[in-house]
Amino acid sequence: MPVKTIIQTIRDTLFDEMQRDESIIVLGEDVGLAGGVFGATKGLQQEFGEMRVMDTPLAESVIIGAAIGASLNGLKPIPEIQFADFILPAFDQIVSEAARLRYRSNGTWNCPIVIRVPWGGGIHGALYHSQSVEAFFAHVPGLKVVAPSDPYNAAGLLRSAIDDPDPVMFLEHKRTYRLVRGETPDGERYTVPIGLAEVKRPGTDVSVFAYGLMLYYSLQAAEALKAEGLDVEVVDVRTLQPLDRDTILASARKTGKALIVYEDNLTGGFGAEIAATIAQHAFEYLDAPVLRLAGPDVPAMPYAPALEEAFLPNIESIAASIRELAAY
Amino acid sequence: MSTTSDRTAVQLEDRHTPLDLDADDLKRMYYTMVLARSLDERMWILNRQGKVAFVISGQGQEGAQVGSAYALRPGKDFFLPYYRDLTVALTAGMSPRDLMLALFARAEDPASGGRQMPGHYGHRAHNIVSGSSPIATQIPHAVGIAMAAQIKGEDTVVAVYFGEAATSKGDFHEAMNFAGVLDAPVIFICENNRYAISVPEKKQMSVPNVADRAQGYGFPGVITDGNDVLDVYKATKAAVDRARAGDGPTLIECKTYRIVPHSSDDDESRYRQKVEVEEWKLKGPIERLQQYMSERGIWSQELEDEARKRAMAEVDDATVYAEQAPSPDPSTLLRHVFAEQEH
Repeated sequence: MPVKTIIQTIRDTLFDEMQRDESIIVLGEDVGLAGGVFGATKGLQQEFGEMRVMDTPLAESVIIGAAIGASLNGLKPIPEIQFADFILPAFDQIVSEAARLRYRSNGTWNCPIVIRVPWGGGIHGALYHSQSVEAFFAHVPGLKVVAPSDPYNAAGLLRSAIDDPDPVMFLEHKRTYRLVRGETPDGERYTVPIGLAEVKRPGTDVSVFAYGLMLYYSLQAAEALKAEGLDVEVVDVRTLQPLDRDTILASARKTGKALIVYEDNLTGGFGAEIAATIAQHAFEYLDAPVLRLAGPDVPAMPYAPALEEAFLPNIESIAASIRELAAY
Repeated sequence: MSTTSDRTAVQLEDRHTPLDLDADDLKRMYYTMVLARSLDERMWILNRQGKVAFVISGQGQEGAQVGSAYALRPGKDFFLPYYRDLTVALTAGMSPRDLMLALFARAEDPASGGRQMPGHYGHRAHNIVSGSSPIATQIPHAVGIAMAAQIKGEDTVVAVYFGEAATSKGDFHEAMNFAGVLDAPVIFICENNRYAISVPEKKQMSVPNVADRAQGYGFPGVITDGNDVLDVYKATKAAVDRARAGDGPTLIECKTYRIVPHSSDDDESRYRQKVEVEEWKLKGPIERLQQYMSERGIWSQELEDEARKRAMAEVDDATVYAEQAPSPDPSTLLRHVFAEQEH
């Protein structure tokens, strides 16, 4: 099996899917001729033409709004928001429109779009190229929210998102694009179901729940703690909405100790939902308080490397939290 | 200097035949407006009787609505009405029963199964796209629908409706801009009814016409007399032909007037004089078309009596039907969040 980066996997999956299904279109800022600022759509316009791989004006609301419209007229649009930080002008279109079309029409209209959103920090992107937006959208019934953390899941979840008859937010962590490599089966259209978490690393002492870059860091922290005799379980949440409560609860009940790591700021972040789920449904199995490790409650991630590093949880701070739980 | 006979000749100019409309078309448009007005008036009565919680109204704007919608192909072209477009909904294929079912929030309401407030039209089978309450959000959808038609090589045309208030929103401008870039087959139909709830036109924009805004986006903006059905039809027909020929979008401004308060919860005496409303009522679209038809021997008192009788019968039927129809079962609250698994 070939080893690829996440960004290459996404690009290749988009290419294959567009070849397979001619109702798929891609639209967004710089996605055409330039192939996207991260290269996720590289070569697509050359292959599929300007109408199926469309450069749009820099106007996020109409990128999403037009994608919604195209989906109502039989196409499968995959709009790209260049940076998650720029999605807010499209918030109304996503929340008031895409998420509610099926519900408000009593099931007669639906909106099958996949919104690709590069998110997350650690790339010297400062306040407006680093943000986490998953909590905004995971709060909204009618949207599915996925956040793959490795190439295998990126391809499998992207195909599931494309097959889904409802709007899917497809969150791609920018720092992992070229950092995380993995094997992806060639020539096989496998899917990873939306709504299932994955136990990435089984363990018995502490459960760690994460997604995106934090999942990658958590796996490294778990590995490092082996030397200290700690057997850490790491769960890739993978899908935030709908959340796989069964897998999360099974892990928490098994280890009795739960750490949730996310890089969004702490308060009201998505980890709070996981913590509440565990507290409510695994209370009797817990041997320690549910712990959250997250970004601080400041407006966004600063630019100076020292400040950026201070913002993000890292392998050391994750390991420290695991130790704290293990010792409890 | 014109003589009396000259003026008569001008008055009697046949404006409908050159538009490929015959007397039956005029009667149909006339009836649709009479039906819409009768329905709308009944809705207010039902609200004041305490039978329904809310009404939002299109009275006074029927001419702009039927004159434009009549130029499209129901069931084939797409309609994106806004909440005053009862007459668009009727012209595009919804029935009085459909509209009353929505008013009473009944399970059978084809727009939303009683989930949305009245006035949120929608009907999948008629290509009437479900709308929301934030204004202007439907305008980008129209561009996307038109874009999809271009990509698929279909000759579908999209008509999207909104009031002048929506033209202050970013979605309107983003959509107009993108439609211009794409040469998309979409017609932007603005019913300028002069008020954004209480805020008059002059406080909403510093240009004299909504149509002027099209200049910024590279396609025609056309001003029509929104209470003159034929003027609106003529402009829309030209826009449809233009769109189908691949020549791109058109913005049509229909200058009209809302002769009722914003909604059943609005007190219009806070922001406008009764005399202003009364003046506009005299210039209403039904009266205008009636006069045109009358001058050409197409209208008769008998025709009007018959139309009103028929409309009232339809309204009565729809009212009784909807009032007796079952409400949605509370157990359905959780349905249709996502696609349902087939069992």
